[in-house]
Amino acid sequence: MATAVKADAMVTQPYLIRDVSKETYDTFTLKLEPDKGSNHTQFQPGQFSMLWVFGVGELPISISGDPDEEERLVYTVRSVGQATNALVTRSVGEAIGVRGPFGTGWPLEAARGHDVIVVAGGIGLAPLRPVIYEVLNHRKDYGRLVILYGARSPRDLLYRKELASWARQKETQVLTSVDYGGMSWRGHVGVVTSLFKYARLKPSRSVAMVCGPEIMMRFVTRELETYGLSRSDIFLSMERNMKCAVGFCGHCQYGPHFICKEGPVFRFEQLRPLLEKYEL
Amino acid sequence: METLERIIAEHPFLADLDPGFTSLMVGCAKNVRFNRGDYLFREGDPADQFYLIREGKVAVEIFAPQRTPIIVSTLGEGEILGWSWLLPPYQWKLNARALEYLRAIALDGKCLRNKCEQNHDLGYEVLKRFARIIEQRLEATRMQLLDVYAVR
Repeated sequence: MATAVKADAMVTQPYLIRDVSKETYDTFTLKLEPDKGSNHTQFQPGQFSMLWVFGVGELPISISGDPDEEERLVYTVRSVGQATNALVTRSVGEAIGVRGPFGTGWPLEAARGHDVIVVAGGIGLAPLRPVIYEVLNHRKDYGRLVILYGARSPRDLLYRKELASWARQKETQVLTSVDYGGMSWRGHVGVVTSLFKYARLKPSRSVAMVCGPEIMMRFVTRELETYGLSRSDIFLSMERNMKCAVGFCGHCQYGPHFICKEGPVFRFEQLRPLLEKYEL
Repeated sequence: METLERIIAEHPFLADLDPGFTSLMVGCAKNVRFNRGDYLFREGDPADQFYLIREGKVAVEIFAPQRTPIIVSTLGEGEILGWSWLLPPYQWKLNARALEYLRAIALDGKCLRNKCEQNHDLGYEVLKRFARIIEQRLEATRMQLLDVYAVR
């Protein structure tokens, strides 16, 4: 599953911003197309790129677009600091630098013929959106698609129109939940694990892909195991402070693993001992 | 036509309950329906029953002065609503509002308390099942307090 580091992994390619759309009050989706001379738009769902805002800094962002759309790269970014704010406030037509894609992808080959359970929290839906596109684009290759998505409040939910559209697809169940709902919210209220009892799961023939804050993933993996999923069929996407993205600098070291190179997608059984260690 | 006894016996909350206990509980049960927006109960009302939800969804809300009520959880088909009938002062501490058309079985709290006092085996079985629900809801509340989506 690991992608070999390309010879030009440290070379930034220029890309032009073609669209910036607002997903929530603090989260934006950017569509990039390669400028002349660069053509790296192929990726595996789950991989990330290093995006360089010239004069500000470089940051790791998961690719959130459709893997079948080869002419552009799509990223969903939450504005939480100077670099991310600089990224989401770029104008259409401006250039940024892109390195990558890097890291391991979700186990879509292994998931063929199986039901796919996607569990996401907050902006964790962004790295999983390519999985959803892949399954829906190649519907006959997979079993049922179950999407469980939790966020703090209705205004924090990403891709709301797409969630509604996915829910209308055959063999697809979409359940969303928020921690706190207003009077107008008619969906579920409760943490994402509270959705499992409404999901139509067949644990023995399912592969689960989970992305969100680590504390959320810890509770979700516990719930998946309670429902009968094997640890070897649960995959997590981890995030640490990726810098070089090719396993040189060690910034993203997590126990014996370099998240940027051996991850970000790991099998749960690989990570379980580390997830239980305090302050790691 | 489904009998009340069969509906109660098939509800997940009472799965595998001794049929003799189910028969005892039926005497305290009735079918109820609510339209979207109806309140099943409000904070401060006497907590004289609880509900086995059969269909639909209900919001559990906390009243907050100078703002709209806050929905802290939603409950749906196969779930149970309300345990304030179990303990004094038998008053609801939250509001419950139907988010959509709702069908449920309402069980009379006083009736069931009396039966549990007379039959401690039934009482222990009911308490065990409520304890499991209370534990699950407590854990869910802790996770909400942790704000698990805060950082990614």
